[in-house]
Amino acid sequence: MSLAYAPSPHKSKAENLGAFMRQVVWAAVPGAVALFWAFGWGVVFQVWMCCFTAIATEALVLALRRRPIRPALTDCTALVTGVLLGLALPPYAPWWCAVFGSGFAILFGKQVYGGMGFNPFNPAMLGYVLLLVSFPVQMTIWATPLDLVQRPMGLWDGLSLVWLGETTNHETLVSLHSGIDAWTSASPLDHVKTQLGQGYSLSEALDTPIARGFSGFSWEWVNLAFGLGGLYLCVRKIADWRIPAGMLAALFVLASGFSLTDSDRYTGPIFQLFNGATMLGAFFIATDPVTAATTPRGRWLFGIGIGVLVYVIRTFGGYPDGMAFAVLLMNLAAPTLDYLTIPTAYGHGEEP
Amino acid sequence: MSPAAPTPNLGYGGISRLWTMPGGVHPPEQKDQSNSTPIQSLPLPRRLYIPMDQHAGAPALPVVSAGERVLKGQLIGRDATGRGGNVHASTSGTVQAITEHTLCHPSGLTGTSVILEPDGEECWFAHAGIPDYLAAAPEALLERVREAGIVGLGGAGFPTAAKLAQGNALHTLILNGAECEPYISCDDRLMRERAAEVVEGGRILMRILGVERCLIGVEDNKPEAIEALWTALRASGEERMHLATLPTRYPSGGQKQLIYILTGQEVPSGKRSSTIGVLMHNVMTAAAVYRAVARGEPLVSRIVTVTGAGIGLPGNYEVLLGTPMADLLNASNAHGFHKLIVGGPMMGFTLRDAKTPVTKIANCLLAPTMAELPPPPNAKPCIRCGLCVDACPAKLLPQQLFWFARAGEDHKAVKHHLFDCIECGACAYVCPSDIPLVSYYRVAKDRIRAEREAKRQAEHARRRFEAREARLAREAAEKAERLKRATEARRAELAANPEAQAAIAAALARSQAAEPAAVEPVAAPPEAAADPAAARKAEIAAAIARAKARKTQGAVPAETSDSHKDEPAP
Ligand code: SF4
Ligand code: SF4
Repeated sequence: MSLAYAPSPHKSKAENLGAFMRQVVWAAVPGAVALFWAFGWGVVFQVWMCCFTAIATEALVLALRRRPIRPALTDCTALVTGVLLGLALPPYAPWWCAVFGSGFAILFGKQVYGGMGFNPFNPAMLGYVLLLVSFPVQMTIWATPLDLVQRPMGLWDGLSLVWLGETTNHETLVSLHSGIDAWTSASPLDHVKTQLGQGYSLSEALDTPIARGFSGFSWEWVNLAFGLGGLYLCVRKIADWRIPAGMLAALFVLASGFSLTDSDRYTGPIFQLFNGATMLGAFFIATDPVTAATTPRGRWLFGIGIGVLVYVIRTFGGYPDGMAFAVLLMNLAAPTLDYLTIPTAYGHGEEP
Repeated sequence: MSPAAPTPNLGYGGISRLWTMPGGVHPPEQKDQSNSTPIQSLPLPRRLYIPMDQHAGAPALPVVSAGERVLKGQLIGRDATGRGGNVHASTSGTVQAITEHTLCHPSGLTGTSVILEPDGEECWFAHAGIPDYLAAAPEALLERVREAGIVGLGGAGFPTAAKLAQGNALHTLILNGAECEPYISCDDRLMRERAAEVVEGGRILMRILGVERCLIGVEDNKPEAIEALWTALRASGEERMHLATLPTRYPSGGQKQLIYILTGQEVPSGKRSSTIGVLMHNVMTAAAVYRAVARGEPLVSRIVTVTGAGIGLPGNYEVLLGTPMADLLNASNAHGFHKLIVGGPMMGFTLRDAKTPVTKIANCLLAPTMAELPPPPNAKPCIRCGLCVDACPAKLLPQQLFWFARAGEDHKAVKHHLFDCIECGACAYVCPSDIPLVSYYRVAKDRIRAEREAKRQAEHARRRFEAREARLAREAAEKAERLKRATEARRAELAANPEAQAAIAAALARSQAAEPAAVEPVAAPPEAAADPAAARKAEIAAAIARAKARKTQGAVPAETSDSHKDEPAP
């Protein structure tokens, strides 16, 4: 009789890495649907292109490194990177933005460090920042919410705009801004920032169709949907609740504080919480476990740090949204946070 | 989790609340496979293989020889150290041989074993209990426990008498009936069927220790056991013992964990629980203590849970120590299992050989099918998800320990409290990347222990060397001192004796006249003798000049190597 040798424990929970990561993708579906509903087909194109490029790059690099490809692909981490970057990109950014960004994310955000689990920076955010710095124009032109335009952009116009750089009647991304259909516009965060910079008061800045609703037309729904998916992740313990809690709390406190001191210059907490990439960032991006802090207290600090940085960059910095920079900066701080917050182990409490 | 709510059973006094164990997991309990039938006995095996090593500490020394007839309960292995355990014949019969046989040990080691052929009569040696044990002298009770070869029956196998004789001031005895490992139900059945023995054993232990408080911790997934204990407690009228129902959560039965849950105190790292006045024994150990003391029966059998999908008739069996596992498998209709685990799925170890005998530490024989406990999938990279942190009952950072252990950064692992890891496996259980975390910790611990041992030995050698050097130096100094004193004494003698002085002077004058040249080279240069400091200066100057000369020659390597030629090889 041959008996198998095995070290304990002999039992493990059924959940595996692929299932774990697929949950992240599923949880992003409500937010993605809300984005699609708000901004049209562009969202689908971006996500699709990013996923395709991310997975293809991963497979290619692994083949070159002569590593097994299948396990790395079935763990779905490249897919998650693709989805998150795709959701973060402006819906009608040209196709090469998505390809360049996600290829870079996988290659230089992940594989150069030795692959999954070894990367210090969130790959999707690394790709995003590269694009933002290299192509600021394309990266800051958002789509106008479909409800605000007379003739919403259809599938063909969207496809043509993304792949050929112009719509079927030869409008480009930039010219669309002022065109009759005004299919593109700044995001509410961007708009308010520009207006405030030009000396308008906050109430004047907010007096625009795209900033309607409690935090900007359509954006509130997008953020609510991401928040919902994020809560699911927290309940399933796939994302650690401390990170979004810390981040949102910090953002809330700072935004409240500043808007209380001068409500005509600083946007309020609701506007901040339900705008831009707040919820996507809080629940899906900041919680990327590989690059976040890992100790319980470290995660609080990590989340709070991101919240503070996001607010500071949005309010005082040069970019409309600060999520990507904030996450990357805190990624840098994560090892230190871990080191400083080693929990007190059993038996080390009150030294006798 | 919120602080656990007091349960109805706490009303018996003594425990006002329970504390919540940090971390922990709740794997499928699987206890109903084996806990619904009463404890059964096995047919007498054809042969018993009784190891001398069934416990922590040094193996016992055989005191019988081949061919000898022994009675059930007769001493066959004596603990010579006082820190191990006696071994007794599990039944009456003939000693066939004393030889090496597989031990019930994670590494499949072999050890001296008495091979006993039962005669089928189950004939006990003469023994008698201490009827009035609650009035007997604690020393006499302790001696009984020692003689009976009782060791911790929860799986650790620490000799009970040695544990009882630690000599720290204690205030609380804890009886561990948590049985938190999945599948295992031997303590459950024991408490259901022999609750009075557990309670009486607890009273004896209290008497030995001189403590006035005993807490019994049982997980709430064993309501029948709790009920039975409850009844036994009431029947005994014992008011110093208190029953606590714990939430079912692995590893609440870990010694440190249960102490915390019941008392809110943590055992300081690296210390014994007795430093905080608490001692813990398994409920089955308590029952064995009762039998040893009240009936005079040494430990010759134990209850073993035989379970898993590969077992046709799972249940609990009263098994004579030394019974081959194969006999248990036969009796329980085993088939289709792919491994054999002694203990539970979380901390148990696999057997390589079904001939391995049941020993005092074997609380469960788990024979799972492939589908039931499949081999773990390949490990994937750690994604630092932190699920292991949330699961760790020792409040460690398993993922950091893993990084350090794998990278060989042992000092960092130690700084992150590697040695406070109790190897419960909760972290590996939840890890979505299927990393065999505990194996990494074991390897790292072994490596660090080996290193410490090597360092200790090196340190020892260094100390010895230094001591020797110091001794030699001291002896040399003493010798020189003696010589100096002798010389001085002689000088003084001479000074006091003008005749001798004159004789020496005359002799000197003679020798100078005869060989004036011979004296010259022996004498040191006059100025050097006069001024040692100046001589030293001159020497240094010369050395510097030599060094300068070498430098100007270009410090030819050939020269240096030449200069080493004459030196003995190191
Ligand atoms: S559970 Fe596994 S993958 Fe998650 S942090 Fe711990 S070791 Fe890493
Ligand atoms: S095996 Fe060690 S590190 Fe893992 S959960 Fe148990 S005590 Fe913590």
